[in-house]
Amino acid sequence: MAEVILEVRELTTKYITRFRENVYAVDHVSLKVEEGKSLGIAGESGCGKSTLALSLMGYYFAPLHYTSGEISIDGRNISRMDPDDIRTSILGTEIAYIPQSAMNALNPTQKIIHFIEDVFQAHDPYKTKQEIYKFARECFEVLGLPAEVLQKYPVELSGGMKQRTVIAVSVLLFPKILIADEPTSALDVTTQKMVIKMLQRLMEDGFIKSMIFITHELPLLYNVTDDIMVMYAGQIVEKGTAKQAVFDPLHPYAKGLMGSIIVPESGLRDVKLTAIPGVPPNLKNPPSGCRFAERCKYVKPECKVTSVGLREIDGSRAYRCILSEKELRAAFAKEADQHA
Amino acid sequence: MPDENNICLRTIGLTKVFGFGLQKCVAVDHVDLDLCVSEVVSIVGESGSGKTTLAKMLLGLINPTEGEVYYQGKKRDIRTHQKRKEYWKNIQAIFQDPYSSYNIFNKIDSVLLDCIHMRGGRRLPRAKKVELMAEACSFVNLKFEELTNKYPFELSGGQMQRLMISRIFLLKPKILVADEPTSMIDACSRATILDMLMQLRNEIGMTVIFITHDIGLAYYVSDTVYIMKHGKFVERGSPDEVILHPKEDYTRRLINDVPKIYEEWDLSTVEYSS
Repeated sequence: MAEVILEVRELTTKYITRFRENVYAVDHVSLKVEEGKSLGIAGESGCGKSTLALSLMGYYFAPLHYTSGEISIDGRNISRMDPDDIRTSILGTEIAYIPQSAMNALNPTQKIIHFIEDVFQAHDPYKTKQEIYKFARECFEVLGLPAEVLQKYPVELSGGMKQRTVIAVSVLLFPKILIADEPTSALDVTTQKMVIKMLQRLMEDGFIKSMIFITHELPLLYNVTDDIMVMYAGQIVEKGTAKQAVFDPLHPYAKGLMGSIIVPESGLRDVKLTAIPGVPPNLKNPPSGCRFAERCKYVKPECKVTSVGLREIDGSRAYRCILSEKELRAAFAKEADQHA
Repeated sequence: MPDENNICLRTIGLTKVFGFGLQKCVAVDHVDLDLCVSEVVSIVGESGSGKTTLAKMLLGLINPTEGEVYYQGKKRDIRTHQKRKEYWKNIQAIFQDPYSSYNIFNKIDSVLLDCIHMRGGRRLPRAKKVELMAEACSFVNLKFEELTNKYPFELSGGQMQRLMISRIFLLKPKILVADEPTSMIDACSRATILDMLMQLRNEIGMTVIFITHDIGLAYYVSDTVYIMKHGKFVERGSPDEVILHPKEDYTRRLINDVPKIYEEWDLSTVEYSS
C-alpha cells in the first residue's frame, strides 16, 4: 500500500459575494492522492476546478472562505492552520501550485535568478547566492532547461519556455505534491507536449511525489494522469481510473464530455460532435435535487427532488446518479441503438 | 486544380516582412492560396508560423509587403476607407480572444445594431431591428431578452464567442476568417461553437478559413488542409490525405504532438528547443 500524500474529506468552501450571498463552489469533495500517482480533474469552465485547487492549499483569502471539511498532507491536518503558518511551512515546501496564467506570474523587471533568490530567502535564508545559483543551475539542467535562462528577463523567453521556467521554479523546494492548473491552455501542441514531458520527468526524477493536473481537455488528461475525477457544479460526479473515465463513463455528464473529444485519428471524421445542451446551474441557489437534472437526457421526475450522494462501486470508482450501474448502461445502449 | 470561375479569393506571392536589415523577419513568404466558394479551408501550424499574419493580410488589416490579393477575379482595392468598408461587407472575422473582440463601453445591442446598419438596414423600424437581432441570437441559442442592456463583460467566454457567430449570421459575408475561435474556451463549448459555425456555413454558403494549431480540429471541420511552416505552405490536400498519410516530417510531428486516446501518444520524441 503506497503512502497517502494528500487526503481531503468532505471539503466545502464558499465565495461570499458583495451582496452577502454564499456561493458554494466546492461542495463536499473528498479525494485521496497516493505517492507516485497523479490525479486529473476535468470539467467545464465554472465548475469549481480552480477553486478546488486553491482550497487544497489551505490558504484562503477573501472572497474565498473555508466552511467545513479536512485536508491532510502526510497525516498533518492543515485545514484550520493559521494563514501565516501555511505560507511559511506548507506552500512551496509541501504543496506547489502553478496558477492558470503561470506565464504572467514572472516579474517582468526581475531576472529569473533573482526570482529564485527570493524564493530561497523566504524558505531557506542561510543559503548564499552562489549556492542558490549552483543549485538552480543543476536543477534546470536536469529538467532540460538551458542554464542561460537564469540570467534572462521573462520578456526574452518564449511562452513555452516561460511556462517551463515557472514549473521548474515551483519545484525547487521539492514539494510533495504539485497542483498544475491548466498549465498548457495557452500553448500550441508542440510546446504543450514539452510541458507535459517535463511534468512527467518531475515525477520520475523525484522532484515531486504526486501531482494534481487540472484541465478541460480529456485526451490530454487521459495521457498524463492515472486517475480522473470529473466535476460538475462544485461536486464530483465521476471518479475512476483514466481508462474508465474516458472509455466507460457512468455519469451522463461524463458521457457527454466524451462526445466533445476531437482527435486526429482515422475514422473519427464522421463521428458527430455532441454538445451537452443548456448551461450549468447558478451556484447561488443550486437546484435541490441532482444538479445535472436540467441538462440530463435520462432525467426522471424524482431526480429533481432527491439529492444523490456518490455511489461507490468496486472500491476505486464512484459516480453520482440516482440510477444504478445496470440501468445507466441499459440507457446508454438504448441511445446508441437509436443513433445506429 | 480548382475551377477558375469558382474561386472567390486568390493570393499570388503574398509576402509580409517585419523589420529590416539584420532584424528582418519574413512572416509570410510568397503564399499562393486559392479559395473556392463555400469551401472550408484550415491553415495549421505552430505558433510563430505566420498563420495570423496571413489572415490579417487577407482581411486587409495590414498591408502586404509584396504580392496581390484577388477578390472575385478582380484585384482587391482597399486604398480608401470607403472601399475598405465595402470590402469588409464581404469578409469578416472571428478572433481568438472573445474578451478583446468587443468594445467594452458599448452594450451588446449596439454590437448587433451595427451589423444591421452595415447591411443597409439603417432606416428599418425599431421593431423590425429587434426582430432581426432576436433571430440572430436564437440561431446561437442565446436569448435576446436576457442580453439587452448588458455589457460584454457580463457574459462568459463561450457566450461572447457565440455572439460573434450571431454577428456573422446578420452580416452574411462571403468569406469568414476564423482565427483560433475555440482555443480560449473549454472543450464542451467548443463542440457547440464548431457545430454552429458549420451550420451557418451550410445556411449562407460562405467560405471559411479556419486557422488553428490543433490538427484534430482541422481534421474534423475542413475540406482542404494547408500545413504552414515558417511562412510557407509545406503540404496541402484533403484531410484524409494530409492527416492520415502525411508526406512531410513537419506534418508528422504536428500530428504526433496532439494527445491521442485510441493510439499510443509517444512522448519520447520531444526535443527541447531553446
